[in-house]
Amino acid sequence: MAYSDKVIEHYENPRNVGSFDKGDESVGTGMVGAPACGDVMKLQIRVNDSGIIEDARFKTYGCGSAIASSSLVTEWVKGKSLEDAGNIRNTQIAEELALPPVKIHCSILAEDAIKAAITDYRKKHGLEQPAEQPACKAA
Amino acid sequence: MKLPIYLDYSATTPVDPRVAEKMIPYLTEHFGNPASRSHAYGWEAEKAVEDARGHVAALINADPKEIVWTSGATEGNNLAIKGAAHFYKGKGRHIITQKTEHKAVLDTCRELERQEFEVTYLDPEQNGIVDLEKFKAAIRPDTIVATIMFVNNEIGVIQPVEQIAEICRSKGIIFHCDAVQAAGKLEIDLQKFKADLLTITAHKMYGPKGIGALYIRRKPRVRIEAQIHGGGHERGMRSGTLPTHQIVGFGEAARLAKLEMATDNERIRGLRDRLLNGIRDLEEVYVNGDLEHRIPGNLNVSFNFVEGESLIMAIKDIAVSSGSACTSASLEPSYVLRALGRSDELAHSSIRFTLGKYTTAEEIEFAIDLIKRKVNKLRELSPLWEMYKEGVDLNSVQWAAH
Repeated sequence: MAYSDKVIEHYENPRNVGSFDKGDESVGTGMVGAPACGDVMKLQIRVNDSGIIEDARFKTYGCGSAIASSSLVTEWVKGKSLEDAGNIRNTQIAEELALPPVKIHCSILAEDAIKAAITDYRKKHGLEQPAEQPACKAA
Repeated sequence: MKLPIYLDYSATTPVDPRVAEKMIPYLTEHFGNPASRSHAYGWEAEKAVEDARGHVAALINADPKEIVWTSGATEGNNLAIKGAAHFYKGKGRHIITQKTEHKAVLDTCRELERQEFEVTYLDPEQNGIVDLEKFKAAIRPDTIVATIMFVNNEIGVIQPVEQIAEICRSKGIIFHCDAVQAAGKLEIDLQKFKADLLTITAHKMYGPKGIGALYIRRKPRVRIEAQIHGGGHERGMRSGTLPTHQIVGFGEAARLAKLEMATDNERIRGLRDRLLNGIRDLEEVYVNGDLEHRIPGNLNVSFNFVEGESLIMAIKDIAVSSGSACTSASLEPSYVLRALGRSDELAHSSIRFTLGKYTTAEEIEFAIDLIKRKVNKLRELSPLWEMYKEGVDLNSVQWAAH
């Protein structure tokens, strides 16, 4: 397996591992993926009164690239507004970590996790309807 | 201790130095073509090839005339299954195999399906072993060939091939056995075991890669159609210049295996059990496949809530293989574990440890310690572990699969 140095670095020293209280009003939780597909990401954001993401946590079941992708996005979302965080694209994640084509789905999952966390937060605050999840291709 | 520690002996084994030593003169000094009948170079090479044939035959208690050299197990399986199917197709076009065979058997069967043969793929039981009644039930009047492996490469379970061979003999069905993971590890006695065709290869038993053998029974006589045509070597069954040095290596490896496998097995089994007991300290560890009917060197376990590829990455100081094919281009979990009815999660979380004659107690202790630390670390990272610890039933969760 040819992992990039950045993947290995995040994998070996993952940032912001852990969990916030799901019930906390200032927390948005996104859980995406499925054990059957070999990866599940849980991403949580803590949002302050001005709508800025103050802190983030993740837990990921998956390959090294999935762990690195989620670790990376917890760093990226911090300090961003919900809108800016929602604009993070999987291509940026894949490029930053130099993911090989077979691992692009890990970056897609990380993008989905951010969106799911934002949606959850907005839903809690009556701001938005839940978005549809992408359909499964692996059974 | 040399890192990474090699615990992937079912993938391949190092060549025993005694084997390598025997091979070298046949590359430089005794380089003759065994098919050259007109001079001493050829005679010398031919003698070496025939001595080796004797050693390989002795390992499986066969007649040397029943041994045909191949390039390895993939060729052996292709030659046996296609060769028998093509030869006996006048009698019928039905073949029986099972879902946990090696790809060299399964893909050969797929190819025969394209040639208008019909194939039944049996499901093994949850322990990985084929049920004899289900096997019997799959037999049809037009069944011509059955192929069941001796030992599974992923989970190491031993199939009841001797009984299957009896059943096939009584029904006039040609029985082929892929014995690649059994030869040199288990006693194979073809005077008692009624297999008609049997595939073995050198590089799983401390011999070189690129050389294998197909056993083709003479009493009662079994016929196959050649798949490679040319100079009529190996009595027309497999043309191609014989690689003398490889054959000499295989012969020596077979000779040593016959002498030493009983002692090696006992030691390897002890180490395997030590490894299993060590990692069983962890919660939610599942052994895949039957533990009783299993070769001594294999341990295939699933560490629930930890994904196999990330675990392999974490334990990179030990060289193992993952049942999760995330390591390859496809993202499918192991088809063998799926056939056993293992959940996708457990199939994705599996690691195959295979020990061999050079494995030491020190290496096993190192491996146990490393695995325990890394599994715990990855579980700290795992949302599934967190949910399990909170008492959430993961099967009740509606996953947004991707």
